[in-house]
Amino acid sequence: MEAAINIPINSTAQASVATEQMIIFEDVSKFYGEILGVNRVNLSIAPGITSLVGPNGSGKTTLMNLMTGLIQPTRGRVKVLDFSPSDPEVYFRHVGYCSQFDSFPAGHTGYEFIYSYLRVQGYGKKVADQMTWQALERVGLTEPAKRKVAGYSKGMRQRVRLAQSIAHHPTVIVLDEPLNGLDPMARADAIRLFRELANSGLHLIISSHILHEVNAMSDRVIFIESGYVKAAGDVEGVRNELEEHPLQILVRCDQPSTLAARLFQESHIVEVRIHDDRMGMFVKTRNTDMFYELLHHAVLEYNLNIETVATVDNDLNAVYHYLIGARQEGE
Amino acid sequence: MNASLAETPSLGSSWPLWRRQIVGILRLEIKKNFLSKRALPMYLLAAIPVVILMMLAVFDRGMQRGVRTNLSQAFIVFSNLHEGLILRTVIFFGCAWIFMNLFRGEVVDKSLHYYFLSAVKREVLVVGKYLSGLIASCTLFLLTTIGALFFLLLPRGLQANLDYIFDGPGWAQIVDYLGITILACIGYGALFMVIGLFFRNPIIPALLVYGWEWLNFLLPPMLKKISIIHYLHSLVPVPVNEGPLAIIGEPTPSWIAISGMLAVTAIVLGLASVKIRRMEIQYGSE
Repeated sequence: MEAAINIPINSTAQASVATEQMIIFEDVSKFYGEILGVNRVNLSIAPGITSLVGPNGSGKTTLMNLMTGLIQPTRGRVKVLDFSPSDPEVYFRHVGYCSQFDSFPAGHTGYEFIYSYLRVQGYGKKVADQMTWQALERVGLTEPAKRKVAGYSKGMRQRVRLAQSIAHHPTVIVLDEPLNGLDPMARADAIRLFRELANSGLHLIISSHILHEVNAMSDRVIFIESGYVKAAGDVEGVRNELEEHPLQILVRCDQPSTLAARLFQESHIVEVRIHDDRMGMFVKTRNTDMFYELLHHAVLEYNLNIETVATVDNDLNAVYHYLIGARQEGE
Repeated sequence: MNASLAETPSLGSSWPLWRRQIVGILRLEIKKNFLSKRALPMYLLAAIPVVILMMLAVFDRGMQRGVRTNLSQAFIVFSNLHEGLILRTVIFFGCAWIFMNLFRGEVVDKSLHYYFLSAVKREVLVVGKYLSGLIASCTLFLLTTIGALFFLLLPRGLQANLDYIFDGPGWAQIVDYLGITILACIGYGALFMVIGLFFRNPIIPALLVYGWEWLNFLLPPMLKKISIIHYLHSLVPVPVNEGPLAIIGEPTPSWIAISGMLAVTAIVLGLASVKIRRMEIQYGSE
């Protein structure tokens, strides 16, 4: 069996965040009979946008369902801001979940869907009405609010679910594929809303298949595959820990051969490939900091004329490729 | 737009909060389940006894002659109809439809998460859903009972009925029948809600219960007591003849029948709460 990986997220950034502001998974496993959902997950998640990425069936939704108490762990413990899902009356005042379940009470309008949800929680008529309109306004759904949900497009249904999840002003918002079905404008608006919410100190846990959007909006990413958390943290930090995949750096300069000869003297340099036009090179290094320091020295020493220095494979796509594999990318 | 969310309004303390939550659940459930097209079969079922007695009142004058001239005889007819058709069939299947769907229907529709993601104790959810079923079933089946009584008494004329109801035993009997109808909804409702929670396919256990309730008159006295119909039968104001094969048992005193049924209902609801508290949303495996 694959060994569990215990990865505190963003350990430096989170050091100052109190436990009661964190989402914590302590050695959490979930089995559906003999089928593995997730296994031995240890996570501590601070406020901000945390994205879950992984192929279909990797355990993203299981993690979200565990976080929201829809399922209970077979082993271990989940705590959200020091609250437990076993006390829903307190817990769900702080947590909102925009699930993928595409089912709405029959005959309800978008407005009634959210209003009824708030009334069930115990809000009075006037307050529930105000909160409903506020949530609908946030997702840009005030105009069709009085139409039946059954007649909504996929994107509108997604937005009304999103409105429901934020209507009661939660501190933790869990969003399962919230960008699915949204057109590009609505996606941009949704991402802007997520950023606004995160900037105001909330937790947003988002699962998504669209890596470039995850890359653009996330403060940190959890990579999950086959029920195991493979890595977690900010993308750059995770990339730096992938020692078996040396970082590729593009350098465009006027003396690539000279620079290559100098670089090969260092043990952290794994590979240098000079471009056909003899005006640049790809460098693979196991230690980025030492490479940049070396480059500075080389510039001074050989009077190099540097045109470009850029990392090639430290974005989310590359990290996903290395961790989870090219064959599963984009699933 | 300002990014920070406004202060969450306070929801207040437990009892007033639970009351508001139950009202919220009732409002939603009644609209969703009882004012929608899916309730149509239930309304048709509830109308059967009323339609039968209406047709008898209007068309079958010969058959009704004896009944019309003898109100005591009319109530004997009604007693048999109430137990045989209204209690054992209409309320039984009506409650099965209403209460088994309260949770099972949500699982089939994949909409139970709507409640499970709300800041509501699951025990409160059980109470709210049960009450919504009770309000719907009591309203519907009380109307059935009243409608059936109305068409039974209609051919006798106003004055004779008023005399029987207000100067005779009629009023007490009517109140008894309405009370039995409510008790039947309470008992069968709790039973079917639990069946809907514990069984993926609740039809089979419901049919087994149906058989058990129908064969109750053949059971030895000890076994008779493990049924709802036995206690309801003990409460009827006009005795029902169960036929020559019936094994006659000592009727249970009214106060024991009523308090016993309420106590068993409370226990069953407690069981439902435990079940719902541990319930997970795994629609895929249902």
